[in-house]
Amino acid sequence: MSVEVSQTSTQGEPALRITPEILKRHGMTGEEFERLQKILGRDPSWTELGITSALWSEHCSYKSSKIYLREFPTTGPHVVQGPGENAGIVDIGHGWVAAFKMESHNHPSFIEPYQGSMTGVGGILRDIFTMGARPIACMDALRFGEIDAPRMRFLIDGVVRGIGDYGNCVGIPTIGGETGFHRCYNGNILVNAFALGIARHDKIFHARASGAGNPVLYAGSRTGRDGIHGATMASESFDAGSEKKRPTVQVGDPFTEKILLEACLEAMRTGAIVAIQDMGAAGLTSSSFEMAGRGGTGLRLDLDQVPLREPGLTPYEMMLSESQERMVLVAKKGREEELIKVFRRWGLEVAPIGEITDTGRAVLTWHGDTVADIPIQPLTEEAPVYRRPVAEPSDLAARWQAPEVPAPEDLCGTLEKLLGTPEFASKSWIWTQYDYSVRTNTVQGPGGDAAVLLLKGTPAGIAMTSDVNPVYCYLDPRRGGMQAVAEAVRNLACAGAEPVGLTDCLNFGNPENPEISWQFREVVRGMSEACTALGVPVISGNVSFYNETEGQSIYPTPTVGMVGVVPNVANLPDPNFTRAGDRIVLLGRGGSEFGGAAYLRLLHDIEQGRPPAVDLDAELRLARLLRELIAKSLVRTAHDLSEGGFLISLAECCLGRGMGATVTAPYEGADLFSETQARALVACAPIVVERVLAAAEEAGVPAVDLGETGGGELVVRSGSDILRAPVATLHEIWSTALPKALGL
Amino acid sequence: MKARVTVYPRREILDPQGKAIRDALSRVGFPGVEDVRAGKSFEIQLATADPAAADRELKEMCEKLLANTVVEDYSVEILAGDRP
Amino acid sequence: MKCGVVVFPGSNCDHDVYHVLKHVLEQDATFLWHQDESLKGCELIVLPGGFSYGDYLRAGALAALSPVMAAVKRHAEAGGLVLGICNGFQVLLEAGLLPGAMRRNASLRFQCKDVFLKTERTGLPFTRKLREGQVLRLPIAHAEGNYEDFPEALDRLEAERRVVFRYCTEDGDVTAAANPNGAARNIAGICNAAGNVLGLMPHPERCSESVLGNTDGLALLAGAVEVARGVLAAAGERR
Repeated sequence: MSVEVSQTSTQGEPALRITPEILKRHGMTGEEFERLQKILGRDPSWTELGITSALWSEHCSYKSSKIYLREFPTTGPHVVQGPGENAGIVDIGHGWVAAFKMESHNHPSFIEPYQGSMTGVGGILRDIFTMGARPIACMDALRFGEIDAPRMRFLIDGVVRGIGDYGNCVGIPTIGGETGFHRCYNGNILVNAFALGIARHDKIFHARASGAGNPVLYAGSRTGRDGIHGATMASESFDAGSEKKRPTVQVGDPFTEKILLEACLEAMRTGAIVAIQDMGAAGLTSSSFEMAGRGGTGLRLDLDQVPLREPGLTPYEMMLSESQERMVLVAKKGREEELIKVFRRWGLEVAPIGEITDTGRAVLTWHGDTVADIPIQPLTEEAPVYRRPVAEPSDLAARWQAPEVPAPEDLCGTLEKLLGTPEFASKSWIWTQYDYSVRTNTVQGPGGDAAVLLLKGTPAGIAMTSDVNPVYCYLDPRRGGMQAVAEAVRNLACAGAEPVGLTDCLNFGNPENPEISWQFREVVRGMSEACTALGVPVISGNVSFYNETEGQSIYPTPTVGMVGVVPNVANLPDPNFTRAGDRIVLLGRGGSEFGGAAYLRLLHDIEQGRPPAVDLDAELRLARLLRELIAKSLVRTAHDLSEGGFLISLAECCLGRGMGATVTAPYEGADLFSETQARALVACAPIVVERVLAAAEEAGVPAVDLGETGGGELVVRSGSDILRAPVATLHEIWSTALPKALGL
Repeated sequence: MKARVTVYPRREILDPQGKAIRDALSRVGFPGVEDVRAGKSFEIQLATADPAAADRELKEMCEKLLANTVVEDYSVEILAGDRP
Repeated sequence: MKCGVVVFPGSNCDHDVYHVLKHVLEQDATFLWHQDESLKGCELIVLPGGFSYGDYLRAGALAALSPVMAAVKRHAEAGGLVLGICNGFQVLLEAGLLPGAMRRNASLRFQCKDVFLKTERTGLPFTRKLREGQVLRLPIAHAEGNYEDFPEALDRLEAERRVVFRYCTEDGDVTAAANPNGAARNIAGICNAAGNVLGLMPHPERCSESVLGNTDGLALLAGAVEVARGVLAAAGERR
């Protein structure tokens, strides 16, 4: 299809000739273009085409995912702001609220891992402080391919350095996350950044423009040609030519971010800000249009006022640039000088670039010409919504065939092998490159089930965790989605925290492939079911599609980020054994469930079977029990069972402080590695073990006293087998495996 | 054969370090500095005496290691005079 | 006692130091902006950790040129107390208030972990509450903590007993294994000749509250706040 336009409705631009090639480069379909023509009542200008292609990209519009995302439960007693703003907000008590969100930066990180992950962290932090919340913690969920895959060591090194350099420089502790390795990510790594901030409950800001005549201000770094069409790149899969996409990588400047953060928080205290949004994907376009769209207002922008890093940028480039560390604000008319003063004091560029109107249209001028005149809400609130065809994979029944489970020949050898894999190895090589104690709030840092921060001035704490098992999600997306939510609740419970909200990063392949859309639908349904049963609303999130290379898709990876409140941090247990002579109690019912189990996958290369069942009622009872035991200071150690099952979790409890244990396991053979859900290990003083067992019985949670902590060995009696391993040996294997695998 | 390889952030890309240095120069009494780009310089002593071979090898070094061509540009200069 | 915490663009640990001084040690604490030319009568000046100017060019290099540093220098010359923590230590080195320079960690990576420090110089305002040889556990979080100077300068430092803290094992042994960043002679903290200016890489403000599990840093900060007035008065008489 080719449309020759001899006279555009806007002057100063070349005559527009839309070809299929141009539309393709903009990531727009022919139907979408026709829809735009209808909205305008004419053909678009070049700038209008660029603006629309960005707003209607998958990344900005969620057009392939919206219909399913509507199924998430998004309300609850603690919810202050659900999905729809830059971050979700929950009430955490004591007059405080927490704003949090998770976002992906997968595609840029695969091309340039250092800058890709830097800018990923930068983007998520801006989403938090734009709500008026000071960011106080970051977490990252990383999925890499096999370490020996091409470029993988380079990617791992770049991502870790990027996350560290950005977070450390901005002075926000990176307190945990998850790092996984699987061949499905060989061609598409995942970098999901999760950030949380706090604010007083009456000092929240929204990105909803209002008040005709209110000035629009630009603050932060100057605009260059960075990342033009980054939003559309995130909406495309990779192929052999992707490496040449050089101009689309943006460079992060964490120093500017830090002063922008301080300046914005100070500017917010003046009371002169009506609305504020950061410029992220699709830069000035998405931020200004979304603010106006939410408020139902119009917008006038004078593009000659936009601060430029290099001369000669066209309106198209200005509107689509993804230069980092920039914010757009709507000020109260007459009070813009107060805000300008604050930004200048911090050494930041700030400029009035337009004003809010009541026309509902965006009018952009440049060099005396009108380069765009376009209604806003049809673009932002009425973007295309697609119901992609879904199709269950034809081999599902075959996938669910229960696998043959070989018995472990040598328990000790099996345990050592598993602890020596990158999956189970200590990740301290990674997280010691992150400052996890700046801001002096970190009570429990990386290495545990959940990280815990002080809420200064109160006895309470904030807990954060990130979880997902992509292999479960591949084998059974619905169950995998449920399990991710259940595990997050369980992890928070091990820190005594009650969940208050969930954010997510849903990483999938190409939604135009019916099997991928089926995965998406099923995952969302599983998550929704678990969220509803466990009482955790979804308050924000992000979707990343097109994570595939040469037609090979990643496994569905719905990363769940969950936040909870710890009523009293004084009761916080340790994820490891801390005192010799403590009794070790196993909570929850065992089983023989090996669908997608690490034991089979890592030792026998078998990925088969239905993932373990998720009994939401059992999870609820276990979580309540753990919170009760912790609130009553009855347990000193709490650690849940997940990948690798009982024996791995028990070993992990010994590794943190080098304290052994002597137990009689209620399982034999391979069942020691079964991944049956809804289980946890706790350790308590002998004098209270009866109370712990009684509390479990009352809660309807099976519990058994297995033995005691202490000594330098891990001794496990299992049936007629005995495992006896010096903790020091296990520790050596576990702590050196990752650096060794990386070749360091 | 002695050569100098210089690596700079690509023109179009943000150079946060250069920007900070320019602002600092302005603050300590040099307001006439319009732009600063901060790069790296490598002095490389090669065994070969063949300038064409050296140039080829150095460019390969840049592509493979010394520069990240996604975000950096490089230039190679064969220095007059040989080993000191 | 009035304490001033200097804030450079990019300082991060200013909030943390302020919190300990004001809420834990209950002192009169205030922030000093990098462009202030007066110290507002503060007796203890703290240059906090962080990434002033993003660590661009060299860590602390750009911050050392800030207007406030002229006042800090005068304060130090008059015998006033100045404490530089991490990036603050780097600023003191670049500003010439302490000798030597910082280079990148030998591992070339940022390191966040607890280390042990051996106290080698007590009797300073900052260390008056510590015993000779006392081992403290403090966290480090830095990428450029590799202290370096010419051998003659290091010898002089040692001879004048100006090495205040050295990295050591839990038992107080100064070994290579206990050195987290390659710093010359395991040097973690040093003072000026008069003993009123101290710079150290580890963060005492991160271990000053029991809720965080470690209070080894509190004695250092407490020692400083109790002495400042006395020291300044004596310095005033000498002038």
